[in-house]
Amino acid sequence: MTVQLIAMQLFSGLALGAVLIMVALGLSIIFGMLGIVNFAHGALFMVGAYAGLYVAGLTGSFWWALVLAPVLIGLFGMLIERFLIRPLYGRSPDDPLLLTFGLGYVLVEAVRILFGTDGIPFSTPAALRGVVNLGIGFFPLYRLFVIGVVCTVLLLLWIGLEKTKFGLIVRAGSADPLIMRVLGVDISKLWLVVFGIGVGITALGGVLAAPMRNVSPEMGTLVLAEAFVVTVIGGMGSLAGAVVAGLIVGVAVSMTSLFAPEMATIVMFALMALILLVRPNGLYGRAAPGL
Amino acid sequence: MTKGIEKLALRQISRRAAILGLAGTAGVLSMPWIARAQAETIRIGFPTPLTGPFAAEANDQVRSAQLAVKLANDKGGIAGRKVELLVRDDKLNAGEAATRTLELIEKDKVHAVVGALSSAVQLAVNEVTRARNMLYISISQSDTINEIKDFSPYTFHEALNPTMTTAVVAKHTFKKGSKVVYLVADYAYGHEMLRGFKRAAKEIGAETVGEILHPFGAADYSTFIPTILSLKPDILCICNFGRDQANSIKQAVDFGVKDMMKIVVPVLLHNQRLAVDPEVFEGVVGGANYYWGLEATVPFAKAFNDAFRAMYKGAIPTDYGAYGYTGVASLLMAIEKVGGTEPQKVIAALETLKYDVAKGEQSYRKCDHQSVQSVLVLESKAKSAMKSDADLFKIIANEPASEGVLRSCSELGFKS
Repeated sequence: MTVQLIAMQLFSGLALGAVLIMVALGLSIIFGMLGIVNFAHGALFMVGAYAGLYVAGLTGSFWWALVLAPVLIGLFGMLIERFLIRPLYGRSPDDPLLLTFGLGYVLVEAVRILFGTDGIPFSTPAALRGVVNLGIGFFPLYRLFVIGVVCTVLLLLWIGLEKTKFGLIVRAGSADPLIMRVLGVDISKLWLVVFGIGVGITALGGVLAAPMRNVSPEMGTLVLAEAFVVTVIGGMGSLAGAVVAGLIVGVAVSMTSLFAPEMATIVMFALMALILLVRPNGLYGRAAPGL
Repeated sequence: MTKGIEKLALRQISRRAAILGLAGTAGVLSMPWIARAQAETIRIGFPTPLTGPFAAEANDQVRSAQLAVKLANDKGGIAGRKVELLVRDDKLNAGEAATRTLELIEKDKVHAVVGALSSAVQLAVNEVTRARNMLYISISQSDTINEIKDFSPYTFHEALNPTMTTAVVAKHTFKKGSKVVYLVADYAYGHEMLRGFKRAAKEIGAETVGEILHPFGAADYSTFIPTILSLKPDILCICNFGRDQANSIKQAVDFGVKDMMKIVVPVLLHNQRLAVDPEVFEGVVGGANYYWGLEATVPFAKAFNDAFRAMYKGAIPTDYGAYGYTGVASLLMAIEKVGGTEPQKVIAALETLKYDVAKGEQSYRKCDHQSVQSVLVLESKAKSAMKSDADLFKIIANEPASEGVLRSCSELGFKS
């Protein structure tokens, strides 16, 4: 066991963390701003990957898939918010949870009917194939690209939320929707847009994951679990929390892979249990609204 | 108020009707001879994981089994009786499989069970059929099912088993002094394949330099790869199944693993190869019970493929799919031979049966009921070498049926 191997393992962990952040971001945004626990998250991630596959098939370009699929699925998400979730606002938080839980099943079955139960190939785009020598070892170029995209998305989100008027309204709306309404802000429009953005980012995660994890109707099942672990460890609804938690989980999984590889999946859940014992609201969490 | 009374009355009537209905159903159930009177159909129960990560393979099994049933019915049935296949989704869950099998036996009154994919689920089905003296043709790889503690005189094992698969694959891929790292799914299938490969490696003189267990159904393999690369093996032997196979090979290839070592798998899966691009699997070597390309040399393979193409609009049968066909076909041949479904007679017939329905001659060994059969070694083709979309593999070897690659009867705990 050389220093080089441990360094490489650490790097793989951080890279995996970036993937996990991407996977969890949509869930975290929608919960943080709207207080909705979106159980259809994994299914929407999968639908995003299929949309990417479809767009890539039509245009012959991964880049169009990367841009268009999240927009399309984001719009689809707005439809879900407008017609399925909006009637449930003001009711118990269990209602949207149950609705999205069922919606997840509907989406998976719909994809099975439309695209079949078998996996479908999704090639790594030619420009991003191959490995890069990091000095400590070789790493796939595509995974480095994913890290870049995740950083960009995080930066845009941060600017959008912290530096723009829209972001200010969104943050205020999530803190106290009633006062915002009194002030004359159309909060329902705001939530429509936020839900759309959250779903769009989820779909982007699906497209990014497709060249690594292959596309199949069940690809979202594990993603939902991963996203919940990251979101819960970070603190439900905290963006910074999701980032820190994603990296911690990634490194934990990676280091476990080195010393006890068969525990690599379970370690996520063990870590979550441990952190919840010490910090019941997660690392950056505040007590959840309405719960 | 009156409305309330009306409602109550209605409810009472409907309850009475329901009770009557129930009684009627119970009557039929308690008089099964009514349902069975017309020329006793031969019913074959078929539990298989139609949903979940092995769905692609399971659906192929069903299609092949249905073909075997259709061919039997087309020629007028078996011993003058129609054959029916009762397919049930076991959801790749041992408990679910046991329940479905029990239902098939108790409620649907099947005459035999064929099916189950994944060794743990298969063992659960075997427990149920063994306890009820029910004929069972198992069609998924398992070593345990051959051993005396799990032996049922009513169970026949149509699939290859890990010992024979790995012995043949290792023979054609490992060399004396080869350094091998194993990446193994952490459940029965992976463990049995690993044990088989190590046993073969010992005989050949290949050296094990690493064993990495990965969780079943893992989505990301990137964190296992630095270790694999640091061990610098000649061969990376990946022992997992279904989507795990496609995902792990794809991610290993992304890391450039194939430039540094050869990838060997126990079973090269047709459907998983289709789930990724040809470049990903190119050069990967693994075993198989069946590949449609056998039709160039084996007449029965050609007949099987043609019948399959005719029934399914030009589609071709796959490896695990073929088990559904050979399993059902061998059972029906034995039933035909004895002219009925009386279990003891069918068992005796199966034990002496020589059958060639798709891949060359097969027979069930008497002690453990393992099907002695040929094992293929395949290599995944480069895109440029593929003559059609289905032209996936090159047959490197077709190792003829031999008991030599099986554990001996005494090794398994049988007295003879």
